Amino acid sequence: MKISREDVLRVADLAYLELSEAEIETYRTQLDSILEYIGKLNELDTTGVAPMAQVLSSDQAADATLREDAVLPCDVAGDVLRHAPDPEPPYFRVPKVIER
Amino acid sequence: MNWTIDGVRDSLAGKKISARELTAEFYKRIEARNPELNAFLALSPERAYAQAERVDALVAAGKPLPPLAGVPIAIKDVISTRGVRTTCGSKILGTYMPPYDATAVEKLEAAGAVLLGKTNCDEFAMGSSNENSAYGPVGNPAAPGCVPGGSSGGSAAAVAAGLAVAALGTDTGGSIRQPGSFCGIPAMMGSYGRVSRYGLIAFASSLDRIGPFATSVRDIAAVLRVIAGRDPRDSTSTTDPVPDYTAEAAKPVKGLRLGIPKEYFGAGMDFGVRQKIAAGIALFQSLGCELVEVAMPHTDYAIATYYIIATAEASSNLARYDGVRFGLRVNGDSLVGMYRKTRGTGFGAEVKRRIVLGTYVLSAGYYDAYYLKGQKVRTLIAQDFQKAFTQVDAILTPTSPVPPFKLGERTADPLQMYLADIYTVTGSLAGLPGISVPCGKLSGGLPVGLQIFAPAFAEVRALQLAQAFELAGGANL
Repeated sequence: MKISREDVLRVADLAYLELSEAEIETYRTQLDSILEYIGKLNELDTTGVAPMAQVLSSDQAADATLREDAVLPCDVAGDVLRHAPDPEPPYFRVPKVIER
Repeated sequence: MNWTIDGVRDSLAGKKISARELTAEFYKRIEARNPELNAFLALSPERAYAQAERVDALVAAGKPLPPLAGVPIAIKDVISTRGVRTTCGSKILGTYMPPYDATAVEKLEAAGAVLLGKTNCDEFAMGSSNENSAYGPVGNPAAPGCVPGGSSGGSAAAVAAGLAVAALGTDTGGSIRQPGSFCGIPAMMGSYGRVSRYGLIAFASSLDRIGPFATSVRDIAAVLRVIAGRDPRDSTSTTDPVPDYTAEAAKPVKGLRLGIPKEYFGAGMDFGVRQKIAAGIALFQSLGCELVEVAMPHTDYAIATYYIIATAEASSNLARYDGVRFGLRVNGDSLVGMYRKTRGTGFGAEVKRRIVLGTYVLSAGYYDAYYLKGQKVRTLIAQDFQKAFTQVDAILTPTSPVPPFKLGERTADPLQMYLADIYTVTGSLAGLPGISVPCGKLSGGLPVGLQIFAPAFAEVRALQLAQAFELAGGANL
């Protein structure tokens, strides 16, 4: 067993994810089998292999095609706020975070 | 009637039908079939009829028609559409109205297409059967009682059932190609960077791609040509020129060298699928293509690599759903309590599973062992393809090791569901273009798909082969 209940709780905490008791146990067993399977990558010697963080070659990558820094109109604030869970234009309202 | 893009154009130009009438005809079909298929999550008739009237005005004025004039299309619900509800198949975005259109949608409408509505999908495109949608599963019009594949199951089902002439899906590990295969229609993802991702709600940014479903390879080519190209709003979209895919797809395939990787024909492959793919390969041989055995030794590591990288990127991308700016909010006893409850309530089981896995592989102490290791193996998988493409022009594989399966048959064990993505995730990791074309049906009518991989930005090669295969009767093998 690779994954303990504490591991699941730690990760759920990092991801701000509330899980039920049933979910904690389900994910623990499922992650355990998935990580066990993923462990097969250790059969491969990757010494000296460069990690591939993205697909595009350097001449196609973002820095080769940076656009001009131009000011363009962006008039979506009203739309965005209208569909927010608790708007108080021009702000989003959230539960109080600062105690007096 | 089975409409094609050419058929729509001819009928509009010949004034046999108006774009408005054609739009109404498709909404009638949707009304009749959608209760059973559940392919559409939202319809956009106002927008569709306004566009149809613009097209009809062009016809009336005798003006030239843009390439997709009046063509009824459907859009997967992970692609943003201004003012049209976009849920990603998730409760957490149940009321989300994007304030802007994805570039691909903008381009389709600029080319005259009529946007009928949004299609069902696995939540945040995470799944291979469409059973992870918060809005219920989708039926497979080609195989009743079976799943349509996923995650773009609604787009595939809509096109296969004649409820749209073409549709957009998204592919991260097979989510266009596999549902295309399961629903018996062609389906394509272009090279990574070929189509702008602007407005595609992110799952795994280094893998996500937008691509078309249609009923013929010719129509796939026509849609791809419209949506492809550099977009200043997506810095990973390339400046590589966009060819006339429709003209290129018609070119002959005689003499092309096709790689057959033995690693794609191992254990775990359904016997019926194996027979159909063998017949498909023989058909290419009869078209004058040369078959070459190629080695892809890292294929067996692709699923493990994919599920590290995709979940790591997902856990990061999905951090934005916090109940503050859009979608669902569930109040808690504090700000963090609100985040936790919103995410715990709003996300479904598969999404939470992947966030937990992705967070784990990125967390302190595990990053090198999992995430960095995965990125290194990704390099090895990409090199397998690079080496193979020094010997061959394209690679043939099955799209899926199994035919469409029954609803509910595979939901109990997520790892088993993941393993069935084996033939599609490799090309996703390597960034290559891939197309799935119908390759016969098994007894009981279950469709089989054959997949063609081409080198990066050689979409024309995949399209040529797919079109030649289709015209030679590949679907009836």
